[in-house]
Amino acid sequence: MTLALDAPRLVQTQPLMVLSGVSKRYGPVVALDDVSAEVYPGEVLGIVGESGSGKSTFLRMMNLEELPDAGTYTLDLPDTPGNLFELDRFARRMLCATRIGIVYQNPHQGLLMRNSSSGNVAERLLIAGERRFAVLREKAGDALAASEFPLDRMDAPPIELSGGMQQRVQLAKAIALEPAVLLLDEPTTGLDVSVQALVLDTLKRLQRDRRITMVIVSHDLGVIRTMADRVMVMRRGQVVEQGLSDQIFQDPQHAYTQQLVHAKL
Amino acid sequence: MSLTGLTRPWKDFSYGFLDASAKRELRRKMLKAVAVPGCQMPYASREVPIARGWGTGGLQVTCTLLNPGHTVKVIDQGADDSVNAASIRRFLTRVSGARSTWDTLEASLIQSRHRVPEEILREDQILILQVPNPEPLRPVEPNMSVARQMHADADYGRMWLQLYEQIVRSGRVMFGAAYPSLVHGRYVMTPSPIPRWDVPKLNMARHLTILSAGREKRLYAVPPYTRVEPLVFDDVPYKVEEHGHLTCYRSGLKGFFMNEIPQEDGGALHEVSDSHLGIKAIRQGDGEDVATGDTWYTNGEMGQ
Ligand SMILES: Nc1ncnc2c1ncn2[C@@H]1O[C@H](COP(=O)(O)OP(=O)(O)O)[C@@H](O)[C@H]1O
Ligand SMILES: [Mg+2]
Repeated sequence: MTLALDAPRLVQTQPLMVLSGVSKRYGPVVALDDVSAEVYPGEVLGIVGESGSGKSTFLRMMNLEELPDAGTYTLDLPDTPGNLFELDRFARRMLCATRIGIVYQNPHQGLLMRNSSSGNVAERLLIAGERRFAVLREKAGDALAASEFPLDRMDAPPIELSGGMQQRVQLAKAIALEPAVLLLDEPTTGLDVSVQALVLDTLKRLQRDRRITMVIVSHDLGVIRTMADRVMVMRRGQVVEQGLSDQIFQDPQHAYTQQLVHAKL
Repeated sequence: MSLTGLTRPWKDFSYGFLDASAKRELRRKMLKAVAVPGCQMPYASREVPIARGWGTGGLQVTCTLLNPGHTVKVIDQGADDSVNAASIRRFLTRVSGARSTWDTLEASLIQSRHRVPEEILREDQILILQVPNPEPLRPVEPNMSVARQMHADADYGRMWLQLYEQIVRSGRVMFGAAYPSLVHGRYVMTPSPIPRWDVPKLNMARHLTILSAGREKRLYAVPPYTRVEPLVFDDVPYKVEEHGHLTCYRSGLKGFFMNEIPQEDGGALHEVSDSHLGIKAIRQGDGEDVATGDTWYTNGEMGQ
């Protein structure tokens, strides 16, 4: 696909996700201060920023795990009208389980470490109401295969797997129900560089093959540069700059972004 | 002037051991439990003269429902003559003036540990099951307040996942007694440690079942004509214990839930677990005129 085709797509389509004016405090700490973002169907939005800048908090809001103090959130999907932050707990949980996938930096957060890997994936399907054992097996296998997880280990518990494999199980779980959006919070941080490259390859391939809308958070500019179409730079709970990936990396406007980019290069 | 002169002569003001306010609370909780089938209702579990874990929950419910017009049957693992069942039965008749029986057909209240009688219960009968652990989510969620929220949200994914894991690891479902079951399509309950054999008897039953855990201070109910569906995958059918082909060595009864009696030669004999059903069969064999009711299972198969 060429750029000439891509650009109009970005311009013409309605955004899939719109978050606006999201704020969140933890006691005296302002984790998010009036943050807004739009994500278009099929694109990859990268969020960079130093540690503590509010990236994970923002992602948790997108995943409806936590509610902000202020702000609105809409998803342009047939059956999800209105501000999602106002849904009741039950509706939020169902939406989160069926339409949003997430991969955490720490696999302990996203996985039942002592259940089987396939079971971790199957849980999503069970929540969505699948009650046929054979179908659960098959679909869990498909999702694991799509995450390039070796199927001969599909029943091994994550606790017995390497860090890279654990991330693949999380990924399989996240994509099992073909979510409208895939959220990735530092998915490769803490992995060996070579493993990191392999996991990023898988993510890129998934993105290319399925055109999954993704939001990827990292403090590693290299990861963001490989993955993202558009980049949002965060600092102290605020967005300091955003734009197309190439633009941000080649011509950073904000002093903080310049510092980040030059430190990296 | 003496103390006796100042007080009225002592008179029974209540019966059934518990005081009137305790019984009122239990009645309210039972009504709630019937109104929301399968939902656990907390109650202030009172002291009764048996130790926690020996059926105090069941006993409190029975004491509350009991009146001198009732006929009560108490069974422990199907047997009327176990020490525990006999003690509870004697206690109940003494504190209430109710009659007692071993015969399921005659009983109006049946307090039971770990079994549902084999004879079909009627609309005028109430089954009270003693429950050690009322929370089916405990194995997957140790935090009880989170578990309560999961019940409220009907968030049973982890429950189903347990089933999936069992089949993956062992090739079959490992839940034996206390098979988690969905009540009225809404709440998952543990039917107390009754065998899988007994769970289908609760489905669309004519009688009311009340399940009560004294130590955990919870009670819940399956009202008459309410669906009770064991959690099973569509393609892995529910299986009851394979007792259908066994014959009771004492009564000759066949096709009921059996107790296994290991023999010195390494083999085993079987004895019908619903002991009074066996006794009635023996007496019938001796030519006595005793009535046996219709049973849920016929020739080891559950009727429709
Ligand atoms: N649950 C929480 N309780 C208290 N403070 C929190 C909590 N979550 C995040 N914070 C604080 O909010 C700020 C942003 O955190 P976070 O979103 O994790 O940043 P990042 O992911 O960019 O490193 C930090 O100062 C962090 O300490
Ligand atoms: Mg973070």
